[in-house]
Amino acid sequence: MSKLFPYPLLVVSLVVTWLLLAGFSLNQFLLGSITAIVAAWGFAALGPAKPRLRRWDLLLKLFAIVFYDIVRSNIAVASIILHGGKRIGKSNFMAIPLDLRDPTGLACLAIIITSTPGTAWIDYNSARSVLILHIFDLVDEDAWLNLIKNRYEYLLREIFE
Amino acid sequence: MNQAADLPIWAALLIALFLLIGAGLTLIGSFGLYRLRSFYDRIHAPTLGTSWGTAGIITASIIYFSVMESRLVLHQLLIGAFVIVTTPVTLILLSRAALYRDRAKNDPGVPPLDPPNNTSEISNPEKEPTPTHNNTHTGEV
Repeated sequence: MSKLFPYPLLVVSLVVTWLLLAGFSLNQFLLGSITAIVAAWGFAALGPAKPRLRRWDLLLKLFAIVFYDIVRSNIAVASIILHGGKRIGKSNFMAIPLDLRDPTGLACLAIIITSTPGTAWIDYNSARSVLILHIFDLVDEDAWLNLIKNRYEYLLREIFE
Repeated sequence: MNQAADLPIWAALLIALFLLIGAGLTLIGSFGLYRLRSFYDRIHAPTLGTSWGTAGIITASIIYFSVMESRLVLHQLLIGAFVIVTTPVTLILLSRAALYRDRAKNDPGVPPLDPPNNTSEISNPEKEPTPTHNNTHTGEV
Protein backbone atom coordinates (compact mmCIF):
# COMPACT_ATOMS: atom_id res chain seq x y z
CA MET A 1 0.00 0.00 0.00
CA SER A 2 2.69 2.47 0.98
CA LYS A 3 4.80 1.29 -1.99
CA LEU A 4 1.91 2.12 -4.32
CA PHE A 5 1.02 5.43 -2.62
CA PRO A 6 4.23 6.75 -1.08
CA TYR A 7 2.91 10.29 -0.57
CA PRO A 8 -0.87 10.22 -0.07
CA LEU A 9 -1.07 13.93 0.83
CA LEU A 10 0.77 14.85 -2.38
CA VAL A 11 -1.56 12.65 -4.45
CA VAL A 12 -4.66 14.24 -2.90
CA SER A 13 -3.43 17.79 -3.43
CA LEU A 14 -2.41 17.06 -7.03
CA VAL A 15 -5.84 15.57 -7.77
CA VAL A 16 -7.57 18.58 -6.20
CA THR A 17 -5.36 20.94 -8.25
CA TRP A 18 -6.14 18.98 -11.41
CA LEU A 19 -9.90 19.05 -10.77
CA LEU A 20 -9.89 22.77 -9.97
CA LEU A 21 -8.13 23.55 -13.26
CA ALA A 22 -9.85 21.03 -15.54
CA GLY A 23 -13.35 20.99 -14.03
CA PHE A 24 -15.10 18.37 -11.90
CA SER A 25 -16.04 15.25 -13.88
CA LEU A 26 -15.43 11.52 -13.60
CA ASN A 27 -13.12 11.47 -16.64
CA GLN A 28 -10.98 14.25 -15.29
CA PHE A 29 -10.92 12.59 -11.87
CA LEU A 30 -9.56 9.34 -13.34
CA LEU A 31 -7.04 11.12 -15.56
CA GLY A 32 -5.93 13.35 -12.69
CA SER A 33 -5.60 10.43 -10.28
CA ILE A 34 -3.40 8.43 -12.66
CA THR A 35 -1.18 11.47 -13.28
CA ALA A 36 -0.93 12.22 -9.55
CA ILE A 37 0.00 8.65 -8.63
CA VAL A 38 2.70 8.47 -11.32
CA ALA A 39 3.97 11.90 -10.22
CA ALA A 40 4.16 10.68 -6.61
CA TRP A 41 6.32 7.72 -7.73
CA GLY A 42 8.67 10.17 -9.44
CA PHE A 43 8.70 12.30 -6.29
CA ALA A 44 9.51 9.26 -4.16
CA ALA A 45 12.61 8.64 -6.29
CA LEU A 46 14.01 11.90 -4.92
CA GLY A 47 13.61 10.51 -1.41
CA PRO A 48 12.48 13.69 0.40
CA ALA A 49 11.68 13.62 4.13
CA LYS A 50 8.11 12.62 4.76
CA PRO A 51 6.14 15.02 6.96
CA ARG A 52 4.02 13.47 9.67
CA LEU A 53 0.76 15.13 10.58
CA ARG A 54 -0.12 14.07 14.08
CA ARG A 55 -3.05 16.34 14.84
CA TRP A 56 -5.37 17.12 11.94
CA ASP A 57 -7.87 18.90 14.14
CA LEU A 58 -5.36 21.53 15.28
CA LEU A 59 -4.61 22.45 11.66
CA LEU A 60 -8.00 24.16 11.39
CA LYS A 61 -7.39 26.07 14.62
CA LEU A 62 -4.01 27.20 13.28
CA PHE A 63 -5.62 28.39 10.03
CA ALA A 64 -8.22 30.39 11.94
CA ILE A 65 -5.62 32.02 14.21
CA VAL A 66 -3.31 32.89 11.31
CA PHE A 67 -6.20 34.25 9.23
CA TYR A 68 -7.23 36.55 12.07
CA ASP A 69 -3.65 37.71 12.69
CA ILE A 70 -3.07 38.43 8.99
CA VAL A 71 -6.20 40.61 8.84
CA ARG A 72 -5.18 42.45 12.01
CA SER A 73 -1.59 43.08 10.96
CA ASN A 74 -2.64 44.15 7.45
CA ILE A 75 -4.67 46.94 9.01
CA ALA A 76 -1.84 47.85 11.42
CA VAL A 77 0.91 48.02 8.79
CA ALA A 78 -1.30 49.80 6.24
CA SER A 79 -2.16 52.53 8.74
CA ILE A 80 1.51 53.01 9.68
CA ILE A 81 2.47 53.42 6.01
CA LEU A 82 -0.41 55.86 5.46
CA HIS A 83 0.81 57.94 8.41
CA GLY A 84 4.19 58.32 6.72
CA GLY A 85 6.01 55.64 8.68
CA LYS A 86 5.22 57.06 12.15
CA ARG A 87 4.62 54.39 14.78
CA ILE A 88 4.51 53.86 18.52
CA GLY A 89 7.54 51.60 18.74
CA LYS A 90 10.39 51.34 16.30
CA SER A 91 11.41 48.67 13.86
CA ASN A 92 14.11 46.40 15.16
CA PHE A 93 15.55 42.91 15.10
CA MET A 94 14.66 40.29 17.62
CA ALA A 95 16.18 36.90 18.39
CA ILE A 96 13.84 34.06 19.31
CA PRO A 97 15.09 30.70 20.56
CA LEU A 98 12.97 27.95 18.99
CA ASP A 99 12.18 24.47 20.23
CA LEU A 100 10.60 23.44 16.95
CA ARG A 101 12.95 21.18 14.95
CA ASP A 102 10.74 19.53 12.35
CA PRO A 103 11.60 20.89 8.86
CA THR A 104 7.96 20.95 7.74
CA GLY A 105 6.97 22.77 10.92
CA LEU A 106 9.72 25.32 10.37
CA ALA A 107 8.58 25.80 6.77
CA CYS A 108 5.04 26.44 8.03
CA LEU A 109 6.34 28.93 10.57
CA ALA A 110 8.27 30.72 7.80
CA ILE A 111 5.09 30.95 5.73
CA ILE A 112 3.08 32.27 8.69
CA ILE A 113 5.68 34.87 9.65
CA THR A 114 6.26 36.01 6.10
CA SER A 115 2.62 36.30 5.13
CA THR A 116 1.86 38.30 8.25
CA PRO A 117 2.79 41.91 7.46
CA GLY A 118 4.90 43.49 10.18
CA THR A 119 7.08 40.47 10.85
CA ALA A 120 9.84 39.26 8.55
CA TRP A 121 11.90 36.11 8.85
CA ILE A 122 15.52 37.24 8.48
CA ASP A 123 17.72 34.32 9.46
CA TYR A 124 17.57 30.97 11.19
CA ASN A 125 20.60 29.35 12.77
CA SER A 126 19.86 25.62 12.74
CA ALA A 127 22.90 24.75 14.91
CA ARG A 128 21.71 26.97 17.76
CA SER A 129 18.00 26.98 16.83
CA VAL A 130 17.80 30.74 17.02
CA LEU A 131 15.46 32.61 14.71
CA ILE A 132 16.12 36.27 13.89
CA LEU A 133 13.00 38.26 13.09
CA HIS A 134 12.56 41.84 12.02
CA ILE A 135 9.55 43.50 13.62
CA PHE A 136 8.08 46.58 11.95
CA ASP A 137 6.52 48.10 15.06
CA LEU A 138 8.37 46.75 18.09
CA VAL A 139 6.85 48.03 21.33
CA ASP A 140 6.95 45.11 23.72
CA GLU A 141 9.51 42.42 23.01
CA ASP A 142 7.92 39.95 25.44
CA ALA A 143 4.57 40.23 23.70
CA TRP A 144 6.13 39.20 20.37
CA LEU A 145 8.09 36.40 22.01
CA ASN A 146 4.88 35.19 23.59
CA LEU A 147 3.05 35.43 20.24
CA ILE A 148 5.60 33.36 18.32
CA LYS A 149 6.27 30.82 21.07
CA ASN A 150 2.81 30.20 22.48
CA ARG A 151 0.53 31.07 19.61
CA TYR A 152 2.32 29.54 16.61
CA GLU A 153 5.19 27.35 17.76
CA TYR A 154 3.14 25.50 20.37
CA LEU A 155 0.49 24.55 17.80
CA LEU A 156 3.07 23.64 15.15
CA ARG A 157 4.87 21.37 17.61
CA GLU A 158 1.58 19.70 18.49
CA ILE A 159 0.81 19.14 14.81
CA PHE A 160 4.19 18.03 13.46
CA GLU A 161 6.28 16.63 16.30
CA MET B 1 -17.29 43.32 -20.12
CA ASN B 2 -20.89 43.96 -21.19
CA GLN B 3 -22.33 41.07 -19.25
CA ALA B 4 -21.06 42.68 -16.05
CA ALA B 5 -24.15 44.94 -16.20
CA ASP B 6 -26.37 41.89 -15.62
CA LEU B 7 -24.90 41.21 -12.20
CA PRO B 8 -27.31 41.40 -9.26
CA ILE B 9 -26.67 44.44 -7.13
CA TRP B 10 -25.51 42.50 -4.03
CA ALA B 11 -22.90 40.66 -6.07
CA ALA B 12 -21.70 43.85 -7.73
CA LEU B 13 -21.30 45.58 -4.36
CA LEU B 14 -19.49 42.60 -2.83
CA ILE B 15 -17.13 42.26 -5.81
CA ALA B 16 -16.39 46.00 -5.79
CA LEU B 17 -15.71 45.92 -2.05
CA PHE B 18 -13.22 43.05 -2.25
CA LEU B 19 -11.56 44.47 -5.38
CA LEU B 20 -11.08 47.82 -3.64
CA ILE B 21 -9.69 46.19 -0.48
CA GLY B 22 -7.24 44.07 -2.51
CA ALA B 23 -6.17 46.81 -4.90
CA GLY B 24 -5.99 49.40 -2.10
CA LEU B 25 -3.77 47.26 0.12
CA THR B 26 -1.49 46.43 -2.81
CA LEU B 27 -1.22 50.15 -3.60
CA ILE B 28 -0.43 51.02 0.04
CA GLY B 29 2.19 48.26 0.07
CA SER B 30 3.84 49.58 -3.09
CA PHE B 31 3.74 53.11 -1.65
CA GLY B 32 5.43 51.83 1.50
CA LEU B 33 8.09 50.10 -0.58
CA TYR B 34 8.82 53.48 -2.17
CA ARG B 35 8.65 55.63 0.97
CA LEU B 36 10.12 53.63 3.87
CA ARG B 37 13.76 54.30 4.71
CA SER B 38 15.73 51.16 5.56
CA PHE B 39 15.83 47.91 3.61
CA TYR B 40 14.47 45.96 6.57
CA ASP B 41 11.47 48.31 6.85
CA ARG B 42 10.77 48.12 3.15
CA ILE B 43 10.67 44.32 3.27
CA HIS B 44 7.41 44.54 5.26
CA ALA B 45 5.48 46.68 2.78
CA PRO B 46 5.07 44.24 -0.16
CA THR B 47 3.66 41.56 2.15
CA LEU B 48 0.46 43.63 2.20
CA GLY B 49 0.13 42.85 -1.50
CA THR B 50 0.92 39.16 -1.09
CA SER B 51 -1.47 38.61 1.81
CA TRP B 52 -4.77 40.52 1.72
CA GLY B 53 -3.97 42.28 -1.53
CA THR B 54 -4.01 38.92 -3.30
CA ALA B 55 -6.78 37.50 -1.12
CA GLY B 56 -9.13 40.43 -1.82
CA ILE B 57 -8.71 40.28 -5.59
CA ILE B 58 -9.03 36.46 -5.59
CA THR B 59 -12.23 36.65 -3.54
CA ALA B 60 -13.68 39.23 -5.94
CA SER B 61 -12.76 37.01 -8.90
CA ILE B 62 -14.35 33.93 -7.30
CA ILE B 63 -17.60 35.78 -6.61
CA TYR B 64 -17.71 37.33 -10.10
CA PHE B 65 -17.15 34.14 -12.07
CA SER B 66 -19.29 32.03 -9.74
CA VAL B 67 -22.26 34.39 -10.17
CA MET B 68 -21.73 34.83 -13.93
CA GLU B 69 -21.43 31.12 -14.69
CA SER B 70 -23.94 30.03 -12.00
CA ARG B 71 -21.52 27.44 -10.61
CA LEU B 72 -18.74 27.45 -8.06
CA VAL B 73 -15.50 28.63 -9.72
CA LEU B 74 -12.59 28.05 -7.36
CA HIS B 75 -9.44 27.64 -9.41
CA GLN B 76 -8.30 31.14 -8.34
CA LEU B 77 -7.60 29.64 -4.92
CA LEU B 78 -4.59 27.93 -6.51
CA ILE B 79 -3.09 31.35 -7.28
CA GLY B 80 -3.43 32.25 -3.61
CA ALA B 81 -1.90 28.97 -2.47
CA PHE B 82 1.12 29.32 -4.76
CA VAL B 83 1.66 32.98 -3.84
CA ILE B 84 1.56 32.13 -0.12
CA VAL B 85 3.93 29.17 -0.48
CA THR B 86 6.48 30.89 -2.73
CA THR B 87 6.67 34.38 -1.14
CA PRO B 88 8.88 33.27 1.79
CA VAL B 89 11.44 31.82 -0.62
CA THR B 90 12.27 35.16 -2.26
CA LEU B 91 11.72 37.22 0.87
CA ILE B 92 14.07 35.13 3.02
CA LEU B 93 16.64 35.03 0.21
CA LEU B 94 16.59 38.84 -0.02
CA SER B 95 16.74 39.43 3.71
CA ARG B 96 19.55 36.95 4.27
CA ALA B 97 21.55 38.56 1.45
CA ALA B 98 21.02 41.97 3.08
CA LEU B 99 22.02 40.63 6.49
CA TYR B 100 25.14 39.05 5.01
CA ARG B 101 26.10 42.34 3.36
CA ASP B 102 25.51 44.40 6.51
CA ARG B 103 27.43 41.98 8.69
CA ALA B 104 30.35 42.09 6.26
CA LYS B 105 30.29 45.91 6.58
CA ASN B 106 30.27 45.55 10.41
CA ASP B 107 27.05 47.57 10.50
CA PRO B 108 26.19 47.97 14.21
CA GLY B 109 22.45 48.08 13.44
CA VAL B 110 22.19 44.40 12.56
CA PRO B 111 22.47 41.48 14.98
CA PRO B 112 26.02 40.08 14.94
CA LEU B 113 26.74 36.56 13.83
CA ASP B 114 26.59 34.28 16.87
CA PRO B 115 29.72 32.34 17.69
CA PRO B 116 29.22 28.70 16.66
CA ASN B 117 30.03 27.48 20.15
CA ASN B 118 30.95 29.32 23.34
CA THR B 119 33.31 26.71 24.77
CA SER B 120 36.41 27.72 22.80
CA GLU B 121 36.15 31.40 23.75
CA ILE B 122 36.12 30.93 27.50
CA SER B 123 39.86 30.15 27.49
CA ASN B 124 40.85 33.70 26.43
CA PRO B 125 38.49 36.23 28.05
CA GLU B 126 40.50 39.28 26.85
CA LYS B 127 38.88 39.15 23.45
CA GLU B 128 35.35 39.29 24.83
CA PRO B 129 34.33 42.98 24.93
CA THR B 130 33.89 43.48 21.19
CA PRO B 131 30.09 43.93 20.93
CA THR B 132 29.92 46.92 23.34
CA HIS B 133 29.62 49.54 20.58
CA ASN B 134 26.28 47.96 19.81
CA ASN B 135 24.56 49.76 22.71
CA THR B 136 25.97 53.22 22.04
CA HIS B 137 24.54 53.33 18.55
CA THR B 138 20.90 52.49 19.07
CA GLY B 139 19.79 55.52 21.10
CA GLU B 140 21.28 58.23 18.89
CA VAL B 141 20.14 57.49 15.36
